[in-house]
Amino acid sequence: MTATLIWTLAALLTIGLYLSWTAGRLDRLHTRIDAARAALDAQLLRRASVTQELATAGVLDPAASIVLYEAAHAARQAEEEQREVAESELSAALRAVFEEAAQVEAVRQVPGGEDATLELAQAVRRVPMARRFHNDAVRAARALRRHRKVRWFRLAGHAPFPLAFEMDDEPPTALADRPGS
Amino acid sequence: MRIGIVCPYSWDVPGGVQFHIRDLADHLIRLGHEVSVLAPADDETPLPPFVVSAGRAVPVPYNGSVARLNFGFLSAARVRRWLHDGTFDVIHIHEPTSPSLGLLACWAAQGPIVATFHTSNPRSRAMIAAYPILQPALEKISARIAVSEYARRTLVEHLGGDAVVIPNGVDVGFFDRVEPKPEWQGDTIGFIGRIDEPRKGLPVLMRALPAILAARPATRLLVAGRGDEEEAVAALPKEMRSRVEFLGMVSDEDKARLLRSVDVYVAPNTGGESFGIILVEAMSAGAPVLASDLDAFTQVLDQGAAGELFANEDADALAAAALRLLDDPARRAELRARGSAHVRRFDWSTVGADILSVYETVTDGTTSVATDDRPSFRTRFGLARN
Repeated sequence: MTATLIWTLAALLTIGLYLSWTAGRLDRLHTRIDAARAALDAQLLRRASVTQELATAGVLDPAASIVLYEAAHAARQAEEEQREVAESELSAALRAVFEEAAQVEAVRQVPGGEDATLELAQAVRRVPMARRFHNDAVRAARALRRHRKVRWFRLAGHAPFPLAFEMDDEPPTALADRPGS
Repeated sequence: MRIGIVCPYSWDVPGGVQFHIRDLADHLIRLGHEVSVLAPADDETPLPPFVVSAGRAVPVPYNGSVARLNFGFLSAARVRRWLHDGTFDVIHIHEPTSPSLGLLACWAAQGPIVATFHTSNPRSRAMIAAYPILQPALEKISARIAVSEYARRTLVEHLGGDAVVIPNGVDVGFFDRVEPKPEWQGDTIGFIGRIDEPRKGLPVLMRALPAILAARPATRLLVAGRGDEEEAVAALPKEMRSRVEFLGMVSDEDKARLLRSVDVYVAPNTGGESFGIILVEAMSAGAPVLASDLDAFTQVLDQGAAGELFANEDADALAAAALRLLDDPARRAELRARGSAHVRRFDWSTVGADILSVYETVTDGTTSVATDDRPSFRTRFGLARN
């Protein structure tokens, strides 16, 4: 009788420890998502600001300037639900303007253009990176949250179900292209 | 930036991953970052100042061959101490799934962790069994890097998730600068790799050699790498054996000079390659490359635009392609030019900048790396006194 009781208690304790460890794992994943989301935000904002700067600097022709300014402005002002669409449109606008290597070269020639192109090239390369890292964290968290033990014992608490950030982040070839290729 | 790099394989044994880490560390230090590399090493081995030894690696049979790995209580303690003393902004773990320092570091650390997956092993039974143990450790990795599109695909299939592709780096300038050696020039084919490792493909090349020599008797094959030389030429007719020259193990300098001297560099590897750094080195040195059409090689050679490809393990196709190249100096010159332009993307200046971008992306808005101190039993049950 006592032996059964002791075994039951031991089993309950083990299950409790396991659940607490799983909750810790989940908590860490949520922290990782938050950090990845902050990083993605920072990269998207950086891209939009550099674009806006270029659009208002008068180094591009007026039509290209307006297109870029519009897209960058919309991306920065977008509500959370429209964000993915607005950022994708900014990617499309950047591709349309910087499709030709000659255009990139022209911007590079003007005073201060070298830095601006470098910054923009860096931004269009880092957005896809940050997005991949973010979505990878989201996938890991979702896989764990779908597990029975997490659902039955409500280990996720009130944390919202993580959503991937889906957008078109293809960089303009002339900017993302590596030297000599 | 304070960067900690974890190398899973013994520093004393030369290997692709070790060289990659050494060059990466060199590159980052030159840019002014503080770098510390944790690697298994014998106590007697002289180490560069940036390497911290994690103790001697133990040879154990793993994954079909004998691997020298670090594990156990002592190694785990050393990893924790290194993490604690280093106060890194980011740690970069190589091969986090191998049961060695990489996995230990993954367990012991928290904060921004970057991991590079070098190999693309098919899913092993050990991996499936260990999956529940691996998953909690791999979840901590904030950014994954795969060395090729092929490595990324296997990673996604086996572990889920995603990775960015950043190729291995090569110091293109080093290969570009060396002088060719006259005695290695003139109708020569080059091969670099372990002689006794069938996956490096020397047997395929040996089967193709009679056809090449029949058409061009003056051709010589230069083989650099260790292994049994007698056994390697055993399949060849006696009178042809003198056309094969064995150079043994060569220094980095000689390797570059060899690549710069030969008319064609042949990479007949039959499998097990996830990147193909030797092809990049050959192209950097301006050698026209002829390689088997492995996924990884096809990608490095830009789908065949920067080098010629032949059907894997097909000695006749290899012989035909090699003869075509040897007979056509114009095509060789074209491949040289294309190759040199193509390799710029593998130069450390490009690859290093990409890796730094990853570091900066994951460190944006987080704290630095610390040891992952699991709460004690008392805190878990709310009994700890503050």
